[in-house]
Amino acid sequence: RERHDQSHAAPKRGQHHGGLYKRPFVESFEETPMLVAVLTYMGYGILTIFGYLRDFLRQWKIERCHIAREKEEQRDFVPLYQDFENFYTRNLYMRIRDNWNRPICSVPGAKMDLMERASHDYNWTFEYTGRVVHDVINLGSYNYLGFAENTGPCAESAAEVTVKYGVGVASSRQEIGNLDRHEEMEKLVAKFLGVESAMAFGMGFATNSMNIPALTGKGCLILSDELNHASLVLGARLSGSIIRVFKHNNMQSLEKLLREAIVHGQPRTHRPWKKILIVVEGIYSMEGSIVRLPEVIALKKHYRAYLYLDEAHSIGALGPRGRGVVDYFGLDPCDVDVMMGTFTKSFGAAGGYIAGKRELIEYLRSHSHSAVYATSMSPPVVEQIITSMKCIMGEDGTTIGCERVRRLAENTVYFRKRLREMGFIIYGNKDSPVVPMMLYMPAKIGAFGREMLKRNIGVVVVGFPATPIIESRARFCISASHSRELLDKVLGAICEVGDVLQLKYSRHRIQPSLVRPFDDSVYEDIDD
Amino acid sequence: MVQAFYEAPAYHLILEGILILWIIRLLFSKTYKLHETYKLTEKEKEDLIEEWQPDPLVPPISKDHPSLNYDVVTGPPSHKIIINGKECINFASFNFLGLLDNERVKQKALASLKKYGVGTCGPRGFYGTFDVHLELESRLAKFMKTEEAIIYSYGFATIASAIPAYSKRGDIIFVDEAACFSIQKGLQASRSFIKYFKHNDMEDLERLLKEQELEDQKNPRKARVTRKFIVVEGLYINTADVCPLPELVKLKYKYKVRIFLEESMSFGVLGEHGRGVTEHFGVNIDDIDLISANMENAVASIGGFCCGRSFVIDHQRLSGQGYCFSASLPPMLAAAAIEALNIMEEDPGTKCCSVHSNLTPGLRLVGVPFAPALHLQLDRSSGSRDSDMQLLRNIVDYCMQRQVALTLARYLEKEERFLPPPRYVNVGGNHASWVGCSQRFQSDPWDELAKCKNSTVKAVELIVVAVPHTDQYDLQSNNNSRRTDKKE
Repeated sequence: RERHDQSHAAPKRGQHHGGLYKRPFVESFEETPMLVAVLTYMGYGILTIFGYLRDFLRQWKIERCHIAREKEEQRDFVPLYQDFENFYTRNLYMRIRDNWNRPICSVPGAKMDLMERASHDYNWTFEYTGRVVHDVINLGSYNYLGFAENTGPCAESAAEVTVKYGVGVASSRQEIGNLDRHEEMEKLVAKFLGVESAMAFGMGFATNSMNIPALTGKGCLILSDELNHASLVLGARLSGSIIRVFKHNNMQSLEKLLREAIVHGQPRTHRPWKKILIVVEGIYSMEGSIVRLPEVIALKKHYRAYLYLDEAHSIGALGPRGRGVVDYFGLDPCDVDVMMGTFTKSFGAAGGYIAGKRELIEYLRSHSHSAVYATSMSPPVVEQIITSMKCIMGEDGTTIGCERVRRLAENTVYFRKRLREMGFIIYGNKDSPVVPMMLYMPAKIGAFGREMLKRNIGVVVVGFPATPIIESRARFCISASHSRELLDKVLGAICEVGDVLQLKYSRHRIQPSLVRPFDDSVYEDIDD
Repeated sequence: MVQAFYEAPAYHLILEGILILWIIRLLFSKTYKLHETYKLTEKEKEDLIEEWQPDPLVPPISKDHPSLNYDVVTGPPSHKIIINGKECINFASFNFLGLLDNERVKQKALASLKKYGVGTCGPRGFYGTFDVHLELESRLAKFMKTEEAIIYSYGFATIASAIPAYSKRGDIIFVDEAACFSIQKGLQASRSFIKYFKHNDMEDLERLLKEQELEDQKNPRKARVTRKFIVVEGLYINTADVCPLPELVKLKYKYKVRIFLEESMSFGVLGEHGRGVTEHFGVNIDDIDLISANMENAVASIGGFCCGRSFVIDHQRLSGQGYCFSASLPPMLAAAAIEALNIMEEDPGTKCCSVHSNLTPGLRLVGVPFAPALHLQLDRSSGSRDSDMQLLRNIVDYCMQRQVALTLARYLEKEERFLPPPRYVNVGGNHASWVGCSQRFQSDPWDELAKCKNSTVKAVELIVVAVPHTDQYDLQSNNNSRRTDKKE
């Protein structure tokens, strides 16, 4: 399935809603070149044929079978897995499995140490040689503001709390697990986002899957974006509401669905809907696109729907003050009904939060599945969140937070510009720190990951089923802890590998501009 | 044919010509749907949009809803706990082995923090796998004597992600009625057919299995691809009793169903070495297809794990939602769990002491003698759940004033399938942990325990006497009024 691009590297100024956007909103998803698409399909076809051949050989015991087998006594049980379900895993994923689950043994900062693995049977089993590859440049961890560190004020305060409070809590929030640190953290999160109150949970995934069912139920409608994260999809399914999907970031599609829903009511009975909830994400991590928040809010106000914004990747990473996508567009946080986010990415901790009006949070405190049944967060993690948030807000008396936010924005713009100049196809918005670079062909997925590792750079490659089958990509996560020299080194390596593997597909070459010093007003004026 | 055309009479040709024209018209006319949605004009649509008023996002909550005001704990939650400013003996957190404030665990966590920082900044697939995770997985697998183990970063999500990874739409799951909430969410996410059997009732389960067997014989093709599972808990959190595991294993081989065992409460507690209910009953661990537990009770850390044979566990690495799409466990919590495992392995003494004391009047102790957490339930209910909860809340508050911390067991009333009756949780703890705190008490911990029990007794007496006289409680208040000595 090919997606048509929305702009050919020319900025799209949001003409329909000219007054809503305070700054240019530039996104591009260049179309897959026809030849590349054909070759990709051919590649998958050949792999599938070989897959069938290998399965045949394995079944007739001509080839040795490494796959784990069911127990002898349970041979005549109904098989646990159907053969065709695992076809892709057995025959395609196994070939390039060494690009994922790479174990590290240091802080996941700008540079990390990887444990060396070797496989003697084509990735079926791995052995650890015992050696450690030092100082691999880390482009895969979600470390946007560089708070993944083991020294500094955050780590020290977390260490104090570990000694004082211990590590576990062993009770749920409603019973006896509500520490004073939890309450302080929630007040701080509310202040950070500019809303009335907030509530925190132990896992980002579980925040979505346990709270959407508390907000909607039968008789409600959920309008969710095509490319929403698995946690949002699971939460929507568990709630029991009707789910309708609109095209990715496409406001006409959303408006059409809204109008149809309100006019025609519930399916078959035509009763009016109880509530309509629009579920979007701040930054979509596989596309690198930013949601068109001003338009979504305008639609939501006009049609009286509710908005659930999942800022897992964008909190801390966007906006001049690091307050997320609402800050980036300069909007009022009270317009978003439910703001959700995670602490894993920009704050270097773990967990998720939901923030909004006081009535919403009070309702969640008594009716959320997590508050009643799940253990509360661990005290050192809470401490890390408090310290890092204070740092970003500048309340600890330093300007480290502001510096980091600014550096992240600069790094993002620079990295994207240079990659585009080199001729790679990059998806997404100009300001998003998640940079997907298209690879397309299945063989290049494995090759790119391995070539970059040879040059001591760790990248993340993704293929099917996380992306559409021909649109496999490599995804870079820019961090504030990457210095300019580091980025230049990485860009040099990417250029080299791109030439070796012929990855420079883009047909819209931009002339490399003269090196201009960046000024502070990086948000006011972006021009090529 | 052309000759026939000339020979045909005129009316024939005209009739056929009209028919042909009619057919062409029908072909090109628009289709007519019987239930076509009536066309609305634009103005009507705008009016409908104007009129529509949604419900408020959340229904209003009254200010004194019982679940709204949390008790605030200052200071570490260990044997003694400071709730709302008062220091109490902690009978309420699930700190079964007393490892919450163990110095060794804290030191290991500190060392790990100094090496790795706090968070992992990524899921397991993308540079979120640390060597501590791999070590914890192999240690757990070795401890439980299985082939492989897999770690999740959140205890609730463990079984709730494991069940949908194996059981899909069209499969059948037999579940005990007293299953905990996370199992219920896992079942809901899996979209399979769920069949409940009465709590710990093997005859009921066998009846359901026999019915299913008859169904299978009617449709053998479908039966060959329908997977069947039994999901039980080792120690039920809602009723504090164990499942009859040997009978379940017999049923498993007789009817060819797989068993998933959830051992959050019994891991580290039951069995000679703490390996859970399989060791307690002496069942071969290979007979159980999947054992899932969370590390938040006995192993005083955060997170959960599943263990079993590689054939079963490896599948979750690609299809367990809570594993693939979520950040991994912070390494300091994994290091704390490893140290807790070390402590458990070093000291495999009897894990649980019985805390059955003389039953307090008006309250019933629910649970088996060796369970680490027990429920105290009202003997007779006043009929309304709210007033029961209020009475229990009063008891808990009274106990807290007397420096004993208890807690009301919380449930989501509208969401639970089989709502347990109101009760509160009384955690006995084990001998080792009480030995640890005896230095602080400077007295025999059993005295303290007895004191606490007496406090509870006192609490019930006084409150029961104070309750406006209803028939159920009159009898007991008569008995209690004889005991008038007040001891502190």
